[in-house]
This record gives sequence, structure tokens and C-alpha cells, in this order.
Amino acid sequence: MTAELHEELTDPHADQLDHGAASSRPLKSRISEPQPRGAKIHGNRPVDQSEAANRFMAATEHEAMHDARLWDLRQKRDKEMHGIEEWEELRNLASGIKEHTLSKLDYYLELFEKNATANGIKVHWAKDGAEHNAIVLEILRSKGVERLIKSKSMLTEECGFREFMAENNVEVIETDLGERIQQLDDEAPSHVVVPAVHKLRTDVASVFAKTIGSDPDNADAHYLTECQREATRPLILSAQAGMTGGNFVVAETGTFVVCTNEGNADLSANTPPLHIASIGIEKLIPGLDDLAVFVRLLSRSALGSPITQYTSHFRGPRKGSEMHVVLVDNGRSARLGMEKFWPGLKCIRCGACMNTCPVFRRSGGLSYGATYAGPIGLIIDPTFNVHKYRNLPYSSTMNGSCTNVCPVKINIHEQIADWRKTLAGEGEISPVKKVMMKAAGEVLASPVVYRASLPLGRSALRHLPHFMLYNKLNTWGRKRDIPETPKQTFNEWYRKNRKQQDEGKKS
Amino acid sequence: MSGSREAILDTIRKNHVQGDRPRPTVPLFDQAAPADLKALFQKSLERMGGKMLTPDAADPMAPVRQAIVKPGPVLSCVPEFQGDMQITPQTKPTDIAPVEYAVLRAAFGVAETGSLCFTEKQLLVNTTGFLPQHLVVLLDPTQIVYNLHNAYQRPEWTQAHYAVFQSGPSATADIEGVLVHGAQGVRSLSVLFHPAS
Ligand code: SF4
Repeated sequence: MTAELHEELTDPHADQLDHGAASSRPLKSRISEPQPRGAKIHGNRPVDQSEAANRFMAATEHEAMHDARLWDLRQKRDKEMHGIEEWEELRNLASGIKEHTLSKLDYYLELFEKNATANGIKVHWAKDGAEHNAIVLEILRSKGVERLIKSKSMLTEECGFREFMAENNVEVIETDLGERIQQLDDEAPSHVVVPAVHKLRTDVASVFAKTIGSDPDNADAHYLTECQREATRPLILSAQAGMTGGNFVVAETGTFVVCTNEGNADLSANTPPLHIASIGIEKLIPGLDDLAVFVRLLSRSALGSPITQYTSHFRGPRKGSEMHVVLVDNGRSARLGMEKFWPGLKCIRCGACMNTCPVFRRSGGLSYGATYAGPIGLIIDPTFNVHKYRNLPYSSTMNGSCTNVCPVKINIHEQIADWRKTLAGEGEISPVKKVMMKAAGEVLASPVVYRASLPLGRSALRHLPHFMLYNKLNTWGRKRDIPETPKQTFNEWYRKNRKQQDEGKKS
Repeated sequence: MSGSREAILDTIRKNHVQGDRPRPTVPLFDQAAPADLKALFQKSLERMGGKMLTPDAADPMAPVRQAIVKPGPVLSCVPEFQGDMQITPQTKPTDIAPVEYAVLRAAFGVAETGSLCFTEKQLLVNTTGFLPQHLVVLLDPTQIVYNLHNAYQRPEWTQAHYAVFQSGPSATADIEGVLVHGAQGVRSLSVLFHPAS
């Protein structure tokens, strides 16, 4: 369905292994080119995503690689989806389980606390990032920890954890390769699942040459990965504490679950005598039956791989060690009360909405200048700072593809439209965007009308200037290629192929 | 901090999502399970980058010996195979670092994903699953379940403090999508069907 758009992807090497984040065929960059950097941050001033996006697109080799890799992940995801008969039923279940849990979140949090405590886990509560950091520092100080090994966690990015620890003389070592590259380059992750996806191999070679002493002229991915393994291992063995996030928290058993491909969470958790897990309060699910649904959906949606290489379940400390869980709110309990935006709390951070988003693929995650980029970022960043991120909800073509791929069925594109309305109501909007929004407003007002408008929107996109995309006023249409759109939307495909099976189920 | 605990729970109670949202019942989705789970397990394991060893009826441990091709200490956590290192109550997690090969038994396998489940009971020291360079794993073919729904019905989840699904070796593709095995954990993983004694 995308042959005309991604020629390089039309010759799949059927035999090649493509599990994990691997691309389904080689996508080697041809030239080295300076890496475009992310959005310029000026205090609390609104982030100008399109300025950074323009710079990313001007770096054509970076843009092409980024676009091709993420579109390949999206295609791998589609392939996995087609292999699972009950895919749509799993999405409905996942959505239903999350909504149920969020409607009884106090009950499930207390249940988790009770069960985890009974198993020997120490449970802490933090209202915001600062309190989280203070709690963790206190635990580390009580054990005299100077070096902490850590697996990837978006929550700790939210909390500004690494910067805080640096100020307090605790050395933090990221153990996920992508996250480690970003840490060594002093740059934030650009994607929730593949943090260094915006970098070319030559960028990584130059970061490693400067920081871990690899050969600056060797940009071979195997060589670079090996250098990092060798450089990190002694740090893992000498760290006094390990830290992980948590993808899912099972209330009924007091278990938290961490998914990685590298095994770095298991090393971080099991090697030192102290394990601290930082977990957002929205990660709760009731029981193990529910967990099965999410483990089946997560990696398939994220990377088009059946499961992460490691799915690790922690229910209590091992003998002679300590285990702490810090449950972090940081705005989540307030978001629960936002009539239109609470469904964003269902998010399992799979990144599928980013991989499918034409704006994200073209502009890179760092252009958003926020912890969360892409479609999910558009709808949750403004809950952290409505002024700073007021322009982000406009970084969307409103093609609805994000909503179609979301494993927990968050109405992402409807929420983007709702943010535009909300921001207009709050005076948080520039005059240009007000005009665009008015034009889009009628179409987007109802999901039924919106869906009906999609096929037309698509053909218009392919052949004609379209009012939303190519209007002179549109910062996204200007100077940009036509964003690729699938010939058949998921909904069309779904209606054609799955209608019978779906009869009687709510959508 | 205890003040925050109450404040968070209070805000949640005030802001609860409205409406009746009953807990869904999750089916097992296992009507289509094939009779031969071994074949499906093998296919899934290979998809995830793992290797299947060919059994040898005359000399059951021969495939394990043959899989050990690199020099270095071999740690065995199973009675069927003799390694050159012993786990004792004094063994620390970091002591596993020099191990080239660890031989383990999986608690069970999952055909859908080619996953092996290990708990502290099989690992003895949890790092035996991750710090060695390579793993050779014995799996009782009667201990394969069809899918993840069936897997989460198993008793391990409420018995162990630590349990992991390992599906193939450690892998990364963080640099231009190039697949590399052995990012931080094991570089290779081989499985031999071998009944538990
Ligand atoms: S919004 Fe949906 S698709 Fe996007 S990261 Fe969250 S769960 Fe995945």
C-alpha cells in the first residue's frame, strides 16, 4: 500500500530477522551530515515546532532515514496485526481494562500497595517530579550510593531526574543503548521506544569517539554496539543501585512489569543490592488476565515484534536486597478530571502513533521541545504547561492515523481538535492558527463526519492543494512535501475485512 | 511521603472518570491452538533470534556440549549437565560476570512468542539469565503453553519474586535499525527439548 511512497521498502528480504526494533531490510545512510538539533527552548516561551522541523527536513539524509525507519516499524506493526485474528478484540479489551482501572484508580493503587508491601516492597508516593527526585535521593543517600545504573523511563525524563542527580553527585548510567547514546550526547530522547532514532550511524560514531573512545572513522552498528557493551559492563558491575521504570503494574499480585529488548532492566534490577522503580500512577491494571492483553499488544504495536526480548516481572526483593517503588502523580490525578483529555491516561507509551504520523516522521521527535513528542505529545504536553506547548496541537495533518493504530483506542485526533478549541477559548492561540482552526472546525466537530471526510481528504491530499494543508496560512503545508497517506485507511480496510466478526461489538 | 499519598488519592477520588466501566472478562483465545506446540514454539523462537538444538536420543547432553563452542567458564544450573562453576549460597550477582555459557532449565515455554520463563528457582542467582555471554536452555516439551493468556494462568506468578520471559537473545537496533544480538544481555540463546527428570 505504500510502494509508491517508500520504494526502498518494497523488496522485503523475507528471511531476514526483524524482531525487536530491527528494520525489515537494510536502510543504510549514504552520507554523513551534521545532525540537526531540536527545538530552541526560550524559557517558558511557546515552542516553535515548525522552526525545528524545517531544520530537520533540511538535513535530507536524516529526514529520509528517520522517515523510512519509522514507516518500516509501522509496516511491521501492520503485519503482526494481520497475523492475530483477535487483534481488534484485544484493542477493545485493552481500552476497557484501562478505562475500568482509571474509574477505580484509588482502589487499585491501594490494592497494589497492600500486596507489594506484603511481599517486602517499600512503596512511596510522590506528588510531582521534585518529590520523586527527593525520595530517590534519600534512599540512595541512606545506602551511600554513588553510581546508579538505570533502564529507560519516560517518567524520569518528566522529572528531570538525571540533571537532579548530577547536581547531587550521583552518577547515573543509562543502560539502554539508544538512551545511552542520548545521555552521552547530552540530548533528550526523541522517541519513547527508540530514543536515538533521529541519529545516523555517523552521528553515533562521533558521539562515541568523543565519550567512550571508539574509532571515529568506524560507523559500523555492530562495532558501535559492542563498544558500548564493553564500556558499560564495568559500570553495571560496580553500581550500588539500579533503577527501572514500569510498563504495567498488577494490583492483585503486587507485581510490576518492565519490557526491554536489551535485557538492561534485568541487569539494572538484579545486579546491585538495591532496586528502585519509578512508576506513574496510571500504569495500574487489575490482574494477570489483563496483563496478557497488554503484553500481546505492546511490542507488536511498538515495533511489529511479537514480544519484547525480555518481559520482566518484579514482585518482591531477592534475598539480601531492597526493592522500592515510587508511585508518581506529576499531574496525572488532575488530568483524570479533564472531561475531554482523561483518555490520554490510557496510553501505554508504545510509540505507534509517532511511527505512523507524517509530521513526526518528517520533523523528528526533538522538534517538539517536550518530553513527549508526536501525537501523544500533542495531547499530553499541554497538560504539563499549556502556554509553552500551546502550538503543538497544530503539528498534525489530522489524518487520524494515530487513532487507528493506538492499541488502547485513545481518540487522539479528536483530542487534538479539542485542544485546538480549548486553546482558542483560553486565548492561547495565534491569529494564523485561529483561521486554520475555524476551517477545520466543522469537519472535525464530530467523529462520524470526520471519518466520512477521510477518503476525500486522502485523494485531495494526493492530487490537489488542500485547504487545510496547503493554505498559505498553514505552517505545516508550507515548503513541505505532500505527507504520504495510505491508499486505504485502517477503518476502510477494517470495514471491508472484519465487519462480520465485529458485528455486535461496540467500536 | 505520607502527606502526598493522601493528597493524590483525594484528587483521584474527586476526579474519577464518570460512568459505569465494568471490568472486561478476558478470554483465553486458545481455540485455534495446534496439537503440536513444539513446532509453533520453534518457529516463534527462531523468529525472535533463538536457536533450536537437535535432540540426540543416545546421548541427551551431546547437543548442549556441541553448542558450547567458545572457550571460557561454563556454569550449569541443572543437574543433567556438569559445568565448571558451582553456585553456592555465597555467590554474589556480580560473580556471574566471567561466565561464557550458562546452562539453565526454563520453568515453561510459550509457543505464541517463543518465550522461556525463568524465575529465581531456575536461575539460582538472578543474574545467571543476563550476565553470561551465552545461554543454553533445557525445556520440557510438556511445559509449553499455547499463548500468553495461558501463560498467565500458571502458578509461577504468585510464587516467585522475580520471573522473566526471555524471548531470544538480548537485541538492539538502536543504530539505523541494524539488528545486533547481545546489547547488554546474552549474545545467543539455544534451546533443547529435554524432559525434566
Ligand atoms: S497514544 Fe496510543 S499509540 Fe500513542 S503511544 Fe500511547 S498507546 Fe501508543
